[in-house]
Amino acid sequence: MGKSGSKPKTKNLLPDYVNSWFAGRGWTLRPYQRQMIEAFTARRSTLLVAPTGGGKTLSGFLPSLIDIHQTRPSGLHTLYLSPLTALANDIERNLGAPISEMALDVTAESRTGDTPSAKRRRQRVKTPNVLMTTPESLMLMLSYADAARMFASLKLVIVDEIHAFAHTKRGDFTALALARLADVAPNHISFGLSATAMRPEMLAEWLGGSRGATDIIRAKSAPKPKIRIMKTKRKTPLGGYMAQYAVPDIYKAIRSADTSIVFVNTRAQAELLMQMLWEANDENLPITVYHGSLNREQRRKTEAMMAAGKLRSVVATAALELGIDWGDVDLVIQVGAPKGVSRLLQRIGRSNHRLDEPSRALIVPSNRFEALECRAALTAISEGVLDGEDVLAGSQDTVIQYIVNCACSEPVLPDSLYGEVTRALPYRHLPRAQFDRLFRFAVDGGAVLSAYDRYQRLREDESGHFTVAHPSVRRRHRMNIGVIVEAARLKVMKLHKNGKTGRVLGEVEEHFAQGLTAGDTFIFAGELLAFVRLRDLIIEARAASSGQPKIPAYAGGQLPLSTFLAEGVRHVLSTPESWRTLPAEVREWLELQRRFSILPPEDKLLIEHFPHRKARATIFYTFEGRRANLTLGLLITRRMERTGLNPISFMVTDYGLCIVNLEEIGDSAAKALFSPDILGDDLEEWIMESSILRRSFSHVARVAGLTEQQQVRGRATARQLAVSANLIYDVLRRHEPDHILLTVARRDAERELLDLKRLSDMLTRFSGKLIFKALDRASPLSIPVITDVRTEQVQGSGVEMLLAQASLAEDADKLIEDVRAALA
Amino acid sequence: MPPLPECENDRTRIESCFAGEAVVLDASGALYLPDHAVLIVSDLHLEKGSFFAARGRPVPRHDTRDTLARLARIIGYYRPSCLVCLGDSFHDIRADQRMAAADLLTLKGLLAKCRDWVWITGNHDPQIAPTFGGRCAVRERAGSIDLIHRPEDGAPPLIAGHYHPKCRVRAAGRSMTGPCFLMGEQILLMPAFGAYAGGLNIRSEPIAALFGPEGARRAMIYREKLWFLD
Repeated sequence: MGKSGSKPKTKNLLPDYVNSWFAGRGWTLRPYQRQMIEAFTARRSTLLVAPTGGGKTLSGFLPSLIDIHQTRPSGLHTLYLSPLTALANDIERNLGAPISEMALDVTAESRTGDTPSAKRRRQRVKTPNVLMTTPESLMLMLSYADAARMFASLKLVIVDEIHAFAHTKRGDFTALALARLADVAPNHISFGLSATAMRPEMLAEWLGGSRGATDIIRAKSAPKPKIRIMKTKRKTPLGGYMAQYAVPDIYKAIRSADTSIVFVNTRAQAELLMQMLWEANDENLPITVYHGSLNREQRRKTEAMMAAGKLRSVVATAALELGIDWGDVDLVIQVGAPKGVSRLLQRIGRSNHRLDEPSRALIVPSNRFEALECRAALTAISEGVLDGEDVLAGSQDTVIQYIVNCACSEPVLPDSLYGEVTRALPYRHLPRAQFDRLFRFAVDGGAVLSAYDRYQRLREDESGHFTVAHPSVRRRHRMNIGVIVEAARLKVMKLHKNGKTGRVLGEVEEHFAQGLTAGDTFIFAGELLAFVRLRDLIIEARAASSGQPKIPAYAGGQLPLSTFLAEGVRHVLSTPESWRTLPAEVREWLELQRRFSILPPEDKLLIEHFPHRKARATIFYTFEGRRANLTLGLLITRRMERTGLNPISFMVTDYGLCIVNLEEIGDSAAKALFSPDILGDDLEEWIMESSILRRSFSHVARVAGLTEQQQVRGRATARQLAVSANLIYDVLRRHEPDHILLTVARRDAERELLDLKRLSDMLTRFSGKLIFKALDRASPLSIPVITDVRTEQVQGSGVEMLLAQASLAEDADKLIEDVRAALA
Repeated sequence: MPPLPECENDRTRIESCFAGEAVVLDASGALYLPDHAVLIVSDLHLEKGSFFAARGRPVPRHDTRDTLARLARIIGYYRPSCLVCLGDSFHDIRADQRMAAADLLTLKGLLAKCRDWVWITGNHDPQIAPTFGGRCAVRERAGSIDLIHRPEDGAPPLIAGHYHPKCRVRAAGRSMTGPCFLMGEQILLMPAFGAYAGGLNIRSEPIAALFGPEGARRAMIYREKLWFLD
């Protein structure tokens, strides 16, 4: 067959009913959709990278629908895995149309935690051809004795939004479930679908597991998006995180677009920006807010209104990033720095579902450092470079859960389980000895004292196989499958006028409720509410008309600056030619820095030291992200305390670390503070004293089946009967400090909380490459760092928060004036 | 009465008064009545770890050893003539079958150090295995004070356990929780002494209901120090 043969082949590829269905919709088969059908026929596992809205999901399902219709299998044929329950449900709905319109003989159902148990039981007996599910539900199915039978006929696994799985504990969990599936159903191939091209080779390897990297199909990329930094009437402030200065301009942009999405980085920012936009909303445009703390109904309502074109704009967090269909969005506004290039592209991809037109987007930096970061991101996008992370060694508590899961299904041999586990990419380097320790823990808790080893979770039979020691082990394990441990949450209910019944708006973290007293007003779901009382784990509130609102401070909303983008910012700083497109005030700020001190060079690390508010400030411009800077700050202040330099406090931003102390610090002393050996004893002591390890242990204990996620919270009996992870932690530290779970918790803490790897890479890289500048006052570059308020931690009233930012902005302006005067 | 060791002001113990009797609250969670030379501990929940372990939960089992070691320390300090365990000393009635031989030996050593040892029965341990020694009682008296497991079962003034009271305070933006003594006019509620005993917030219904509107003084244990909160 020559070139001429390729066209008829395409035609033959599709049965008539598919051809006419496509024709009926005025669609043509996209090249990558054809390639996916070919991949299925050739039984090649494949990763498809295609933009959102380009029929990506259909590309995965089309070959499967055709094959099912032709071969009429009696059981499960295709398994679809999604990171979100909502997405699985959404796909079930969307798949209904092609199935019924083409009159296909295909059964397709979803199965998630929300599926009624009767239906779930039925699904195990009479399995639909296509099953849409989440990793947790898959793992649960794999724990049943009939797993092998259920999955025997499996031909295809589709992993949607695959990039959302890599790099996380949940991704490790999913990789293990897929490794198990490869064993139970050896005849299937895997399709991965992703909208961002973040390290596709790595994702292909992750998806392929032991079978090696899968093929990769890249859709022809859409035209480069049109992104620019938003021009604003008022100047970009030196510091701050709320972009209040740009609200009139953001409002104007919303008005000029048909439908827009305003992305912010945290839930608190979403609520506050929503409030500020409402105040500016003279035309009463339909604008609403969308984030992960709102309840499902509220979110569904917003999604439906958005799809129907009834909303002009939504202020949203990352909760909206994954591929649920959002109708025609023609403008995306990113408020605050993007923190990562891939993330920014993913967000921008939400605008414009027509592939041949460029997406339109505006970025609004909330301070001048963020302007640099936005500039670096735009350069990366125009050059087509993306950031991504390496695969980290998988979390080990997940392995324990996996071992028990397998033993629930059938008797297992440690040797073969080890083989399975190491076939998953995150675990390919897991040493056998460590696996054996984890296995031992799964068996009997890893008891070290012979007097105690009578009690077992798994029992060994004569042939060396292990199986659950008691049916209750199975029951309890199944109730606790998964690795997501949520902070305790309370529902927020807005009471009706009668003061008795109400409507649930969503959930907030428990600690927010502890700070409320009756009458306090707060903003939630874009509404001003007054706290009435806490009842049965529900915060009851009524509509309020005025008052100084508090903003819930949500945990874990902040993303650290990606290493890649940090490089970009360093590069922008050291190449004045790239400043052209920066706002004038940002250019002037950098120019002042160059004249007054020095611009941080790309390959060196700048330290500045100057008198500040009756004390001395030392700034380390690391650009390594807030988390790494926080750890560095804790370590350096410890060392300063020991060497008598009297540290008072420190502040961190994504860009730098500021330490305030009483003594003057010279060149060599400052450089000595920043040395790689700080990761030795200081780190050790600090980790032991802080509560970081304790928190990490409680998570690990839950995943490893030591404790249970409390289903019935607050019930006296339930609480008293459980053993809390906290108490176990104390006892273990005293009596068995090398316990396997303490080791696992330690690894997790280092990986997830401290960004230690990033920190040690940086310390090594800049070792001997430090520049020290002693100055007589604060430098322009330091001003955003020394006047930083961490709004995410402010629990006071929203108005106070803005006042604090305003007064700091004044401070900052005064400091800049000082520099100008000194240079004049 | 043996002379009370000098009270250093390091918050390891606080002298106070309850129902007309002198009491010493100890940061370990024990209570000492100097006029009667009686040392009281409550809710040891010995063998709670093995209780879970026996049901296939891989809970590490050092809790009994830990609890006994702390008990040994305070017995060595106060040298009481009588030790009263205020109930739920064992997590269940089969604890004796699971206790390690070494731990049983430690426990017997402690019993030998006190002239009198009373196991008040609780809901977890309605019977005490004779292996352990000591004597068993539903209630005990110290002067005018009733010593009992559940406060509802006694006649005030009384000292009781059962609820594992725990409280939370917020200061300087931080939140701290710890087990606590609750001292009302007529009822003194003891914190749980056992390593795995856990706690129940004092604002929850059953505890709050005990003290009525006048409430109770709280002495919270935080990092092995004792703090009166009012």
